[in-house]
Amino acid sequence: MFPLSISRVEISVKSKKLLGPINLVINEKGITVVLGANGSGKTTLLEALHGLRKLSRGKLEWSVPNSQAAQQQSFVFQSPIMLRRSVIENLIYPLIVRRISKSIAVEEAKLWAQKIGLENKMSQQAPLLSGGEMQAVAVARALITKPKMLFLDEPTASLDGLAKKTIEEILIIAAKGGTKIIMSTHDLGQAKRLANDIIYLHKGILESHGPKEDFLNAPPSDAARQFLAGDIVI
Amino acid sequence: MAALVLVFVQINMATANQIRLAVTSSFHNSGLSDYLLPHIENDLKFEVHLLVVGTGQAIKLGENGDVDAILVHSKPDEEEFVKAGFAKHRRQIMFNEYVILGPSSDPAQIKLSNNLLEAFKRLSTANTNFVSRGDLSGTHKKEIEIWEKIHFKPEKIGAQYISVGSSMGKAINIAVAFDAYILSDKATWLNHKNKGHLVIQFEGDQLLHNQYSFLPISKNVHFHVKSKLVEELEKWLVSGKAKKLINSYMVQNEKVFTFNAN
Amino acid sequence: MNEILQGLVQAFWLVISLDTELIAISLRSLYVTLTALLISTLVAFPLAALIVVTRFRFRRVVIAILNALMGLPPVVVGLLVYIIFSRSGPLGVLGLLYTTSAMIIAQTVIITPLIASVAHQSMRELWADYRDLLISINTSKPQRIGTLMWDSKRALITACLAGFGRGIGEVGAIMIVGGNIDNATRVLTTAISLETSRGDFSLALALGFVLISLALSVSFATHWFGKTERGGLW
Repeated sequence: MFPLSISRVEISVKSKKLLGPINLVINEKGITVVLGANGSGKTTLLEALHGLRKLSRGKLEWSVPNSQAAQQQSFVFQSPIMLRRSVIENLIYPLIVRRISKSIAVEEAKLWAQKIGLENKMSQQAPLLSGGEMQAVAVARALITKPKMLFLDEPTASLDGLAKKTIEEILIIAAKGGTKIIMSTHDLGQAKRLANDIIYLHKGILESHGPKEDFLNAPPSDAARQFLAGDIVI
Repeated sequence: MAALVLVFVQINMATANQIRLAVTSSFHNSGLSDYLLPHIENDLKFEVHLLVVGTGQAIKLGENGDVDAILVHSKPDEEEFVKAGFAKHRRQIMFNEYVILGPSSDPAQIKLSNNLLEAFKRLSTANTNFVSRGDLSGTHKKEIEIWEKIHFKPEKIGAQYISVGSSMGKAINIAVAFDAYILSDKATWLNHKNKGHLVIQFEGDQLLHNQYSFLPISKNVHFHVKSKLVEELEKWLVSGKAKKLINSYMVQNEKVFTFNAN
Repeated sequence: MNEILQGLVQAFWLVISLDTELIAISLRSLYVTLTALLISTLVAFPLAALIVVTRFRFRRVVIAILNALMGLPPVVVGLLVYIIFSRSGPLGVLGLLYTTSAMIIAQTVIITPLIASVAHQSMRELWADYRDLLISINTSKPQRIGTLMWDSKRALITACLAGFGRGIGEVGAIMIVGGNIDNATRVLTTAISLETSRGDFSLALALGFVLISLALSVSFATHWFGKTERGGLW
């Protein structure tokens, strides 16, 4: 289904421009990290790429029909959305939606519960888990359908070190296994650890898209420079 | 949806051996219907479903064909009903009496009246409460008839004329609460369990005659009425057995109805 | 005061002695209201969920009407049902008047807006939570409706109890369409009305206490089976 071409995309809400114009091509390998200050449009970009947002202008095209591409994507939200059910029921949900038999789905879910270290909490009500545990469930749930494209919006923003490490490890394995990952983050260290290439956003505009080293060694703008230095970017 | 409707209709097909009779509350409250019904169902071998409603509603149900026959006590209404063709005839069955109930202290002093009209004249000027059925029932129309005979408009009594729009039993409850006078049929009163401080203060005038009649709904107007069963019921109600049962029905050791079918 | 005590005592004896007439009218009360409730839920719950997940032009108006219908006076419903099912009315040929079927119909009309409104309110809140996730997972509309209803089941049970309460205590409509016929359409509430008009207040109260106990038992049983108030959030 790759490449994904984004041409002249703009998103405005009530005549306020949130994003764009953006021109971008996403290819199928590796982990792309979206960097930028708060309010720079990272969440809007990710949601737009996933099809959760209506485009005010421009086009989004996969190499297959968009409806087909939709079946191969997953999204992990910044605040994990847990179904009011048990952990295992959350995990099997995307498979059940695809009419996979419950017994097969449960077997898959058990494997994933183990991968995220929650094999002893499978019957617990998911909304009662800790923040890190919920996010782990969300990531597992997103990957259980073996998507070709995974979006994550600041997935480890409010997590402690151990939870962060667990999730990063899962993402690396998933990327190696052929899942394209686009994730936004605040955490520069995380970007350095995970990224193959980096997209930098400033005030809704795409300032650069390129290999990680290029961005780190030669930031494309003053804003990017400030960002890398850890300053507040206005 | 269609299946549901079919089920409902099935349930109702099973009720072919039953007729519906609308009766007025004053007839039912006397307890006579509970007394007669087992005999009727035993002798005639079909069920009689009683709908106890006000006279107005009984007439309406008859006009709509929602019942197979009615038993009411309002001659002018009955005659109109027959004239309009809803029933081919009216059949007198029995009568009882109306009485005037009032507080035991009798503030309007009607007990000593020589006749009904004098009693009502005293009521019109006394400073006491009077409860009216207010629902154009047989009882209410009788009350109106009496006021007209003394050429008095009861609204002139003002706030003490309490028009309730309720059945006989509920109206008595209100009269008890307001310590008021009220025109009631004797049978309902005798059987009523909430008598408070009310007693019968006046009875026995010819004008207080209360005639009950049976009107079978005409098949010409509503072809679905179970005329055959209704005929059997009518025959039973004017039979010797009915006469015996009705005349011997007692409430608190008093005879309540007098059979007068012919 | 004396009558209330008498009523309690009489209620006790009626129940202990398994008075056949009491049992008959109690069972009939339950039959009418529970059947009406069942039909109502089959209509109201999917309808409420559908309104939640579908965007359509007059949605706000429909929701407002639904909420307003909760205020339908039962006696007016009774009168309308009578007119429709009267022999002189459009559906008179069905012969449903003065049967428990007519009573069920009237109560269904009365209960449905109530439980639809309550259900709609809580499913709407849940949808606000679930929306992005369920769209992301590519659920179909029927799947969304099913998920909302299942995950709202506690609130739906509450809606049912509200509907049951409304129905079991109703007297105006079923008096008109049922006729309070002895051994046929007499139920607890219409029997209470009859005994009141006979001046037999203590019997009326006794029946009233039986009715209250019935309603409470249903409520307790529901909560107990649903384990509603044990552990967890909801």
